[in-house]
Amino acid sequence: MTDTAKPKLAVYKFSSCDGCQLSLLNLEDELLDLVGAVEIAYFLEARRKTLPPPYDIGLVEGSISTPEEEQRIHQIRRDCKYLVAIGACATSGGIQALRNWARLDDYAEAVYAKPEYLHTLETATPVAAHVFVDFELRGCPVNAQQLLELICAKLIGRKPNIATHSVCIECKRLGYPCVMVSASKPCLGPITNAGCGALCPSCGRACYGCFGPMEQPNIASLGDHLMQDQHVDARGMKRMLRSFNGYLEPFKQASDHYERLES
Amino acid sequence: MSDVKSVAEQRWFLPKSSLGDLVRKLCEQGYTVIAPVRRDGVITILPITEAADIARGVADEQDGGHYRLHDDPEDKYFRYSVGPDGPKRYFFPPRQKLFTMHVAGDRFEMDTVGPEPPKYAFIGVRPCDLAAIAVQDRVFGIASDQSTFRCETETYYQQTRLQSLLIAVNCTRPGGTCFCDSQNTGPEVTEHHLFDVAMTELRGGFVMRVGSDKGRALIDELPVREPNEAELELEELRLIRAREHMGRSLDPQQARDALAKAVEHPRWDEVAERCLSCGNCTMVCPTCFCSTVTDSSDLASNKVTRHRQWESCHTLAFTYVTSGPSRNNTRSRYRQWLRHKLSTWYEQFGSSGCVGCGRCITWCPVGIDLTEEAAIIAADRTLTTTHRSESEVCS
Repeated sequence: MTDTAKPKLAVYKFSSCDGCQLSLLNLEDELLDLVGAVEIAYFLEARRKTLPPPYDIGLVEGSISTPEEEQRIHQIRRDCKYLVAIGACATSGGIQALRNWARLDDYAEAVYAKPEYLHTLETATPVAAHVFVDFELRGCPVNAQQLLELICAKLIGRKPNIATHSVCIECKRLGYPCVMVSASKPCLGPITNAGCGALCPSCGRACYGCFGPMEQPNIASLGDHLMQDQHVDARGMKRMLRSFNGYLEPFKQASDHYERLES
Repeated sequence: MSDVKSVAEQRWFLPKSSLGDLVRKLCEQGYTVIAPVRRDGVITILPITEAADIARGVADEQDGGHYRLHDDPEDKYFRYSVGPDGPKRYFFPPRQKLFTMHVAGDRFEMDTVGPEPPKYAFIGVRPCDLAAIAVQDRVFGIASDQSTFRCETETYYQQTRLQSLLIAVNCTRPGGTCFCDSQNTGPEVTEHHLFDVAMTELRGGFVMRVGSDKGRALIDELPVREPNEAELELEELRLIRAREHMGRSLDPQQARDALAKAVEHPRWDEVAERCLSCGNCTMVCPTCFCSTVTDSSDLASNKVTRHRQWESCHTLAFTYVTSGPSRNNTRSRYRQWLRHKLSTWYEQFGSSGCVGCGRCITWCPVGIDLTEEAAIIAADRTLTTTHRSESEVCS
């Protein structure tokens, strides 16, 4: 990135709900500074005009779910110097990756009147399953401040401050009472990556893991405890783990374990 | 806080209806008054403006990974033991802006330097938390008995701490995870604690004693009277009874010696199977002091802000050194925490790092109990060799 030209930013959408791109647009207070710092070169949700590649930073939202997407992601990798997968879909396959445990045709027939028009892959997979990704930003949706931190860090060439520890540490720093200890709610906070600002516990709700597994999570221990003390059964454990990040290791492996316990 | 031995034995009695006068007086003197408040199912400590804000008529039930509040028929103020938060949150804030700078030409210029240290008065500080404050005083370098390791001076901690007022309350109903008795830190405030005023709650009021000139001056402004014989006897009785109701116990000397030897022990594997390395124990610990410093820049790359926030030796990222994480699994991180807390802390700061408040037991989501872990290792008669672990010292 040179001083003379602004770095070019590209934002892409794959199979997703648009929520992560919206997080970027929701940065209302910082949006003018953002367009001052980078050239929005390709962001169909924000700007009709597109500039030709190469791009300095590429943000990819969504999972790879169709043959067309499988092709497109390779071109995008070639077009972007620094490629970031943003959100649960792009980093784990997302909620649509639930189909990876089922027969695609069953879903297609249940949902669509004419499933023969569908051109889709058997599985929904994260971007990193297809191309090299420089950074992954978790969350469903991503935390806008984390997204901003990542862009700021990239612009100045420093390491982004993105925590990899549990949600519990955020809860405690913010002074939220532990919903698991004080209210016996089955909380995934102790195995989930921080980043959301402990949003659910701040409202007295248990964490449901939308930022995916933290560094070295001990899912077996939390599972044992929830099953013994809080009457969550194996099916319950499986369903808790198989949500937005279900197809991401080690949630995937643990959910398979609880599925085996079910039968 | 200077010594006032002449009045150390003296007692006063503050009628319960006059607790409001105490709060008012402190507010008038410019203190932000911090006291236990019932909030979202826990006792937390928050700024208050009147005595009615203080949690009353509520008792707690604590065990490993378990905390519940219930209404208590005895309409007292301090029938609960410690909640997740202690004064640490105010002296050593969980997240603090240290300064901001901006680029001016080819150099950085300072914009702001830290926040103004506030003037806090704490009501209802438990003896274990007083002991914890004394430990952190040593960690952050303001203790007068600084004989061993002295950390870099912490200006914010120092100033906030020195201008604070500590009104302690003796524990008459210890919690299920309390073990201050065996750590010699409670349940009663003694001459070994640093405090300004200490009180014991009786049905009709508080038996008070002073621990500093500041405390003595405060008493003079309150509608106190001399306690009668019955009140003094009742106070003593309550404190004796409290000692009999400790939920846990831990032999500090035994734990120190055993853990010094137990660099390798099969128990570490067992505890690592249960430990979530979520960091809750270190966040609620009133003596844990680890923090991380992060710099962030703005989009124009013009302004930089430095923050400090609580960190935990239980996180993998916190152990990162040039060659990678130095404690690469839960086993080594739990071991580091327990051995530091109960054993190597003595070498570093001249005391145990544990004050027996029991918070780490209660707030561990899976209820790991350090008294149990230490006792099991201490009971192992095969521990003979003493080796040094690869990394003994925290931060």
